[in-house]
Amino acid sequence: MNTNQSPNEAIAKDPEKEKRKIKSVKTMKKIMTDYYIQAKTASQNGKLVAWITSGGPVEPLIAFDVIPVYPENYGAMIGASKMGVDLCEKAEEMGYSRDLCSYARSDIACATIDGGPIGGLPKPDFLVCCNNICGTVMKWYEVQARYFNVPLFIYDTPFIHTEFSPEARRYLRRQLDDYITFLEKVTGKKADMDRFDQVGRLSLEGQRLWQAVLDTTMNRPAPMTAFDAFFHLALIVTLRGTQTVVDYYTELLDEMRERVSQGIGMVPDEKYRLIWDNLPVWYRTKWLSDKLASHGAALVSDTYTSAWSGVMHLIDPDNFMETMGLAYSHAYINTSVDMMFEKVKEMVVKYGADGLVMHSNRSCKPYSFGQYDLQKMVLKELDIPTLIIEADMVDERNFSESQIETRIDAFMEILKGRKK
Amino acid sequence: MNHYEFYHHTARDPYGYAQEWKKRTGKKVVGHFCTYTPEEFVVAAGALPFRLFGSTENISRADAHLQAYACSLVRGGLEEALAGKLDFLDGTVFPHTCDSIQRLSDIWRLNTGIKNHFDVILPVQLHTESAREYMFDVLRKFRTDLEKGLGVSITDDDLRESITLFNEVRKKLRELYLIRSSHPGIISGSDINAIVKTSMVMDRKELLVKLTETVEQLNILKKDAPAANKKRLVLTGGICNNPDIHGILDSLGAAVVWDDLCTGTRYFEGEISLTGDPVTDIGRRYLERDVCPAKYRSSTSRGDNLVHIVKKHEARGVIFMFLKFCDPQGFDYPYMKQFLDREKIPSMLLEIEDRLPSEGQLKTRFETFLDML
Repeated sequence: MNTNQSPNEAIAKDPEKEKRKIKSVKTMKKIMTDYYIQAKTASQNGKLVAWITSGGPVEPLIAFDVIPVYPENYGAMIGASKMGVDLCEKAEEMGYSRDLCSYARSDIACATIDGGPIGGLPKPDFLVCCNNICGTVMKWYEVQARYFNVPLFIYDTPFIHTEFSPEARRYLRRQLDDYITFLEKVTGKKADMDRFDQVGRLSLEGQRLWQAVLDTTMNRPAPMTAFDAFFHLALIVTLRGTQTVVDYYTELLDEMRERVSQGIGMVPDEKYRLIWDNLPVWYRTKWLSDKLASHGAALVSDTYTSAWSGVMHLIDPDNFMETMGLAYSHAYINTSVDMMFEKVKEMVVKYGADGLVMHSNRSCKPYSFGQYDLQKMVLKELDIPTLIIEADMVDERNFSESQIETRIDAFMEILKGRKK
Repeated sequence: MNHYEFYHHTARDPYGYAQEWKKRTGKKVVGHFCTYTPEEFVVAAGALPFRLFGSTENISRADAHLQAYACSLVRGGLEEALAGKLDFLDGTVFPHTCDSIQRLSDIWRLNTGIKNHFDVILPVQLHTESAREYMFDVLRKFRTDLEKGLGVSITDDDLRESITLFNEVRKKLRELYLIRSSHPGIISGSDINAIVKTSMVMDRKELLVKLTETVEQLNILKKDAPAANKKRLVLTGGICNNPDIHGILDSLGAAVVWDDLCTGTRYFEGEISLTGDPVTDIGRRYLERDVCPAKYRSSTSRGDNLVHIVKKHEARGVIFMFLKFCDPQGFDYPYMKQFLDREKIPSMLLEIEDRLPSEGQLKTRFETFLDML
C-alpha cells in the first residue's frame, strides 16, 4: 500500500468500500433515536427517567420500568459531534478546572443550557451512581444531585487490588437490598421478582451475544474493527436487560458471521492486528481508523467495549440479582494493573495481536495510570510493542494531529520491521 | 532555642527523624498518604504511622510510571520511593481515597520493593448502614493483615491504649487551634503548620509530651496577649506541604484561624468514645468526622461545614488551596465558592503545582486578596 497517499485517498480507491459497510448500522441508529425520543417524552408517558453511570447496575431500573439515561453516552455523542470544546469551556467558566474529566465538564455545562446534539438530556427523576469505573462519577453525580435536587443512590463497588474480599461481597449483597428499597421508594412500586429474573436473563443473553460479536474479529481478516465496536456498543451499555438488545445483536452477529464466511474484512489488505486500550477519541474515530487502515492495520479488539461482557462468568443465571454485585465489582478498570495485564495477555493471544495502541486519556485516570507499566509488561512477557497516543476522549484541545500522526507512522515502521 | 525549632526541624527532615527513631527503638515504620489511614491500629501494633508528603525534588523516575496529569503528591511520593529514600519503611498503607491514589497503590506495589503493602478499601459513602458495617469489616481485616505483616498480635487492650493516646494528641492539637483562633497573635501559621506536620510523623507518646508543653506555654502567653489585629482567614483544601505559604501569609498580617485541610483539622477532628469494641469505636470516628471530598455523606456537607467554620471562627475570607490535578477538590470548588458567595464571604483559589509560583508572585496574589477583606 502506498503510504504517501492521504488516508482518505487510499480508502477512496477501495472498490470494495460499499461491501465493507456494516448494514446493521441503519437499524442501530433507528433504535438509538427511538430510545432517546422515549427518554425525552418520558414524563408525558407517565414514566420515570434515571441517570445512571455506564458501569452501573441498570437491570433493576429496567425491571422497574424506569428509562435509564447515560450522561456518558451523551458525552460520547457530544465528542463525536465535536461539541466538546465549547461545552468544556462553558464548564470552565462555571469554575470547573480544565483538568477535570471532559465527560463530566461537558455534561455539567450541558445541563444548564440543554446543549449537545439532541438539545439536552431529559431531566432525571433520580440518579444512580456506581463507582466501578472511577471516583469522578461520584463527584459528577453529586454536582447533578445538587443541580436537579433529586435523590441520589450510590452503588459502591470497592476496588479490587488483589482479591475480591468477603467483606466486599457482603457489602455488595447488602447494597442490593438498599437499591431495591430506594427504587421502591422513588417509583412507588413494589419490586417484581419475576420481572427481575426475566431482565437478568435478558441481560446475560445480551452480554453473551455482544461477546460473540466481538469474538468474530478473531477471524482473519476481521469483519469489523474496534471503531465499529465503539459504535455498536451503545446498546449493551444503555439497554442491557431488554429484548431490543438481544434482537439487535442477534442481527449484528448474523451479519458478522456472513462477512466472515465471505472473507469480508473491514480493513482492505489487513496486515497488522492491534488491540486498543482506553476510551475512544470520540471526535477523531474516522481519522484514526482511516490512518491505521492506510497502513494495513486493524484494531481487532479493545479493552473498553469488551468490558460490558467481560464478567459474565461471575453471574449465576438463576440468581442474577444476588450475583450481579460480584460482576459489577470486577469491571475491567475496577481491578489492579496486574489484573488488567492478565486480561490484556488473554486478548493478545486470543486475537493474535501484533501490537497495542493505548490512548493516554487526560480525562480518565483509572484507565490511563498504569499504562506505562502495562506497556513494559506487554513487551517483556509478550514481546509486542505498544503505541501510546496522548489525547482526550471529548476535549479536542488535547489532541495534536501532527504529533499523533508522526507517532502512528513511526510505530507502524517498527511493526513492519518486526514482520520481516 | 526557640520553642518551635524542634517542630520545624522535624517537619523539614521527617525521614531523618524516622530513621533515628528506628535505630533508637528498634521498631517499625509504616508509611501512608491519607488521613483515612487507621493509624490507631498501627500504633497498637507497636509501629510508627508515618505520613508521606510527596517530594521536593524534580520528578524524573516517576515519569516512567505515571503521566504528568497526576497530582504532585502521587508523583512525588512515587519519586521518593523509586529514588530509594523510603527504604526505611517497613510497610505502606493505602486506604481508598481517589482514583490517583488507587492506581498509585498498584504501581507502588509492583515497583517499589517496599514490603508489607496494605490496601484498606474503605467505603466511599459513609452515610448508610451497609457502608457502616463494611467499614467495620474492613478495619477488622486491616488488624489481621497488620498482625500478619508485622509479626505481632494486636489485642483489644492494645487498641484501647492506642485510642486513648490518639484522643489525647488530637485534643492537644485542637486546643492549639482554638488558642490560635482566639489569640492569633501569639503563634504564627508557619509554627502551627510545622507542629501539625510533626504530629503526623513523630512517635505519638513523645509527641504528646511536647504538645502538652507547647499548649501550657501558650496558655500562659494568652493571659497577657494584646488583641491582635489580623485578617482572619480559613484555608480549605487538601494537603498544604509548602511552609512558604504560611510564612508569606504571616508576613502579610493574615492569620489562618481555622482550616478544612488534610494537613489540618481533618487530621485531628473527632474524639473516639470507648464503648466496648475498639474496632467499631475507631470506625465510628472515620464515619462521623467531617468528610474529605473523596468521601460522600451528603451532597452539601462540605459546603455547609465550610460556611459553619467561617462563621464560628469569625473569618473574613477563605483561601481554597489544593493540588493541581486533584479531582475531588476540583469538583467541590464551584459549589463551595457559591455557598460562600451567598453569604458574602470573599474567597480566592490557589492551585498548587510541583513548583509554586515565585515568592514575589504569591505575595502579590495574597496581598491583592487580603486588600479586599
